[in-house]
This record gives sequence, C-alpha cells and structure tokens, in this order.
Amino acid sequence: MGVIKISNLYKIYDESKIPVKAVNGIDLTICQGEFTAIVGPSGSGKTTFLNMVGGLDKPTKGEIKIDNIDIGDLPPRKLIDYRLNNIGFVFQAYNLIPVLTALENVAFIMQLQRKGKKERNKIARELLETVGIGDKLDRRPGDLSGGQQQRVSVARALASKPKFILADEPTANLDSKSTNELLDLMLKMNKELDTTFIFSTHDQRVMDKARRIITIDDGKVTSDVRKNGSK
Amino acid sequence: METLFKIAWRGLWRNKRRTLITTTSVFLAVFLALFMRSIQIGSYELMIDSAVTEAGHLQVHDSGFWESKSINDSFIYSESLKNKIEGAENVKTVIPKLETFALGSYGEMTKGFMLQGIIPELEDLRKNISDKLVEGRFLNTNDDGIVLAEGLAKFFKIGVNDTIVLIGQGYQGISAVGIFPVVGIIKYPIPKLNNFITYMSLSKVQEVFAPYHPGLVSTIVIDLKSDKNLKTEAKEINSLLGSKYEVIPWTIMLAEVVQQIEGDNVGGLIMLAILYLIVTFGIFGTILMMTMERRKEFAVMVAVGMHRGKLAIVVCIETLMIGLMGVVSGILASLPLLQYLYRNPIPLKGEAAKMMLEFNIEPIMPFSLELFIFSNQGVTILILAFITALYPIIYVNRFKILKAMRS
Repeated sequence: MGVIKISNLYKIYDESKIPVKAVNGIDLTICQGEFTAIVGPSGSGKTTFLNMVGGLDKPTKGEIKIDNIDIGDLPPRKLIDYRLNNIGFVFQAYNLIPVLTALENVAFIMQLQRKGKKERNKIARELLETVGIGDKLDRRPGDLSGGQQQRVSVARALASKPKFILADEPTANLDSKSTNELLDLMLKMNKELDTTFIFSTHDQRVMDKARRIITIDDGKVTSDVRKNGSK
Repeated sequence: METLFKIAWRGLWRNKRRTLITTTSVFLAVFLALFMRSIQIGSYELMIDSAVTEAGHLQVHDSGFWESKSINDSFIYSESLKNKIEGAENVKTVIPKLETFALGSYGEMTKGFMLQGIIPELEDLRKNISDKLVEGRFLNTNDDGIVLAEGLAKFFKIGVNDTIVLIGQGYQGISAVGIFPVVGIIKYPIPKLNNFITYMSLSKVQEVFAPYHPGLVSTIVIDLKSDKNLKTEAKEINSLLGSKYEVIPWTIMLAEVVQQIEGDNVGGLIMLAILYLIVTFGIFGTILMMTMERRKEFAVMVAVGMHRGKLAIVVCIETLMIGLMGVVSGILASLPLLQYLYRNPIPLKGEAAKMMLEFNIEPIMPFSLELFIFSNQGVTILILAFITALYPIIYVNRFKILKAMRS
C-alpha cells in the first residue's frame, strides 16, 4: 500500500487581478517505495504540488487519494492526524524545534503518536544512529551543522513510520559532501524500509540518484521518466 | 505533557533578558501590591478592632433605643435573658450596661456628659480602661465612686477624692440626684471622648437612675467568637429574644467607620488596577513578541502532526509561568519584610498621629498577614496572565500553516 493517486489537480491563486495557476491539471500516480524527484524551474509549481500532496494546502480543484482516502475531504483535526501517521516532512531549512535536543526532536513526533517514553527514546536513538549522528543526541539544532540538522530532520521524518516522505529542496542549503551523504542515507532508508520519497529539487546530484524524475513546468507535468530497474 | 512543559520552559529562556525583565515587572508589581494591601488591611483591622472594642460585635437594646437614646427605652436584664443570648452558638461574652446622660456639678462649674454604668471587671477586660488611668484607681463591682475622663476633670478642676454632684432624669421621669466621690481619672486620646465620658458601677447607676426597677439596662454588649456573619448572627439572636428587642451589629452602629474603610479600599483597589494594567501590558508585549517570532516554528509543529490545541497549551504554560515566577518571587521577597513589620508596626507622629487619635485609633501603621492578601494577588496575576495568553491561543488556532512557514 502507500499509493498516491493525483487526479486533475489544480491550484489557482486569485488574490491578484490575474489568477495564477500554480498547478494546472496534474494527473499522477506514485507507488509505494518510489524514489521520485520533482524537478522544474523556480515558480513552476513544485512546492505548491508537494504542499497539496502533504495536506498543507487545499487544491482548488481535483483530488489527492492516498490509499483511496481523499485527503481533501478530511476535516482539519483528522488531516493533522493523517499527516502525523502517514507523511514525513523534510524541509529545505530543516525546521527542527530549536529548544529540543536532536533526540527530543525525533522523539517528539512519536510522543504526538502517544508512544511511551522508553519506546520513543529507543527508536529515536536508533534512528539518529542510523543517520550517523548517534554521538550528538543531546545537542540542540543550533549546535549542529546544516548537514547534521538535515540528518536529524530525516530521522524525524522517519520516526512516525510514514508511508511516504516529502522533501522540499532538502539539499539546497547543504555542501556537496553533506548532500551526497544525505542522499545515500535516504536511498538506504528507501531500500531498507520501503519508504516512498518524493523530492522537489533543482539539484542535479539528487536527480542523478532519483529513480523517477517528474518535470513540472507552468503547473503541468511535462515529462515523467523512470530510470531502468526502477519500480 | 512533560514535553509540552519542556518546550514552554525552554522557549521562555530563549531570550533570557526579556523574560527576566517581564518577570521582574510582575515581581515588583506583586511586591508593591502586597506591601500596599498589607498596610491597608492592617489599618482596617485596627479600625475594626477599635470599633468592636468600643461597641462590641452586637448590641441588644429595647426596641427603639437606638433612635431615642433615652433611658426610658431600657429593659430589665435577667438571668433568663442572658441564657437566651448565650444559647446562640457563636456568642462569646454578654455584658450589660446602662448608658444615660447627666449633668455634673462641682463648685461653680456644671457640664453635661455621658454616664456609663458598667460591670467594671468585665468592661475593663474588654477595653483595658484601667490602662488609661492617669490618677486614682478604677472601679470595683459595687463601687460608689465615679471615674471621670481627664478633659472633664480639668473642666471641673476636680481631682481624686473630691466629690461631684450628678443631676439627671431617671427611668420613667424620676429625678436622679446624687453626690459621688471621684476615684479615678482616665485619659482618652480622642478629645471628644476625653471631654464626655464618665464611668460608674452598674449597680450604682441603677440605684440612682432606676431605684424601682432593679436590673434595668439600656444595652447588652455581645462579643462573638467569629465575626464573619454579623447580620445573620444579629437576626438569629433577635429571633431568640423576640421583637421587643433590637439587635444591632457594630457595622450599623459605627457606619462611618465602615464607610471610611470602604472608601479607602476602593481607592486602594484603583491603585492596584493601574499597577496591574501596566504589568499586564508588559506581559502581553513579551507574549506577543514570543508568538510573532515563532510563527514558522508553530507552523512546522502543526505541519508534522501537532494539534493546535496542544500548541495552545504550550503558549498558555509559557504565559502562566511568567506570571507564576513573578508571583512566587514577589511573595517570597515580601513575606519576611511584612512579617517584620507585622510584629513591629511603624509608629506615626505629627498630624497623621493626631488624625488617627481623633478616630480613637492607635497612631501606628499596622501590617496584616491575612492569607487572602497573598492569594488575591497571586490569583489576580494568574488571571491577567491567562487573559494575555488569549492572543497567542487565538493565533495558534487560526494561523495558516503555509503563510506562517514563509514568515
């Protein structure tokens, strides 16, 4: 399971005199375990598309069904629970909670899921060791480098055991070394946990690692390429 | 909840200086408010003590005496009447007295004054009259003598062992005349009392003013164990005695004292309100800044699955913590000082002392340590803090995730 089916998706901003079609009729299906990059020039609608898939924004028209549940129909409280239990987020600016340590940031998600303290601390520790910062559990985000923060961010995204992870330009603020390490890590998670990863990116290195590249321009899908051997 | 507390607590200390300034403002407000209220309540307690010492908590009169103040509106004090009054659960002491007016004459001088026929031992126990003696001695139970206030003694140019003639109207119009030795002179700080009061034993006053009605009294003074429900107690005792009698609480007999306390209290509360208003805006400013600078953080928390209600709890805890820290530190800092001043009230001098003496109040600035003074300040600050938390609570329940994330 974990199939995302997007049909006839539109997002039109009509705050100005001329309505802007940020997403202009996208139809897509993304299956469980895919490692997909959404690419396209700035302003092409990548982030808007990801925000709608993540339930952070409402489509003007169309539907997003995840395992046959139309997330547009979910009331706000259910949508929050849905995001908590099914979607992991990795943000460009990491967006960790600055007053919590790396361990607490990861455990926090599981606490929202009402997991016990022992269990969530154990899982958080394991996840942080997996992403390679098991020795910095008690550091707050301000005491970590950009690459390290993004690793914590990935661990946080994985903590709820989501069906898929949405990553909006996750490497934009990272140097080459951190980018490669992060991508390898996400690939490893993708393979080991069969978690679906969907990125928006400009980064060629991400595109090189992705197994499916969807290009969006002017809010429309202009190409959808699967690399050999991909699902 | 533990993590919510952790987020709130650590959030507060992100900007230590700002939080400390806000907490200090609450601390100062609580400290000043406690100091101010302690003095005010202490003064009221002193005024009430003084009033109750003079009048008792309640007084029983023959119906109509309070209006007429005439000896003709007196009644017979009997053992059964005493027992009826003592039947009320909250009654501590019951003391009868006969009050009337008389003319005194010595040599060429004549003057009217109030004559109080009292049971000397009981009255002295309540009012410490003997402490006010400047000459001679105080009365005994069946004393034939009279004790004059110092102002009267000076007017008559009379001293201890001299005799004074009393002329008055007794019960039901009889003539009351007698000559009495002066056994003592007392000094009242209030000029009005010092020129107006005389004491004789109850038995002697009854003998002179109501010789055919043994046991006649004008007033029964009642002291209660607890003065919390004066009006209810008055009604209860009145119902025990019947409509021939009136039972009046001191708050009616000395209504001007109550009015003065109420007027002063309102002034104090207005001052407090101004103080708290300033502090509330201080807390609100901090909370507003804390909310605005964390819009993105709040948005991320909701995006990853935190319910807005929990976020509201975090901001609520933050605000209440600022209030609580200020309240606790304010109380802790003021307590030793107020404790000291409670035990060692500040003596007043000059005009302030004179003014207090005019109200028959000891010229000191007393402090009170009543629990409600502290709890009221604490609860007020916490309520105000909660009110200031309404803004961030409303904000976290309404903000748009994406808009806040872009902020």
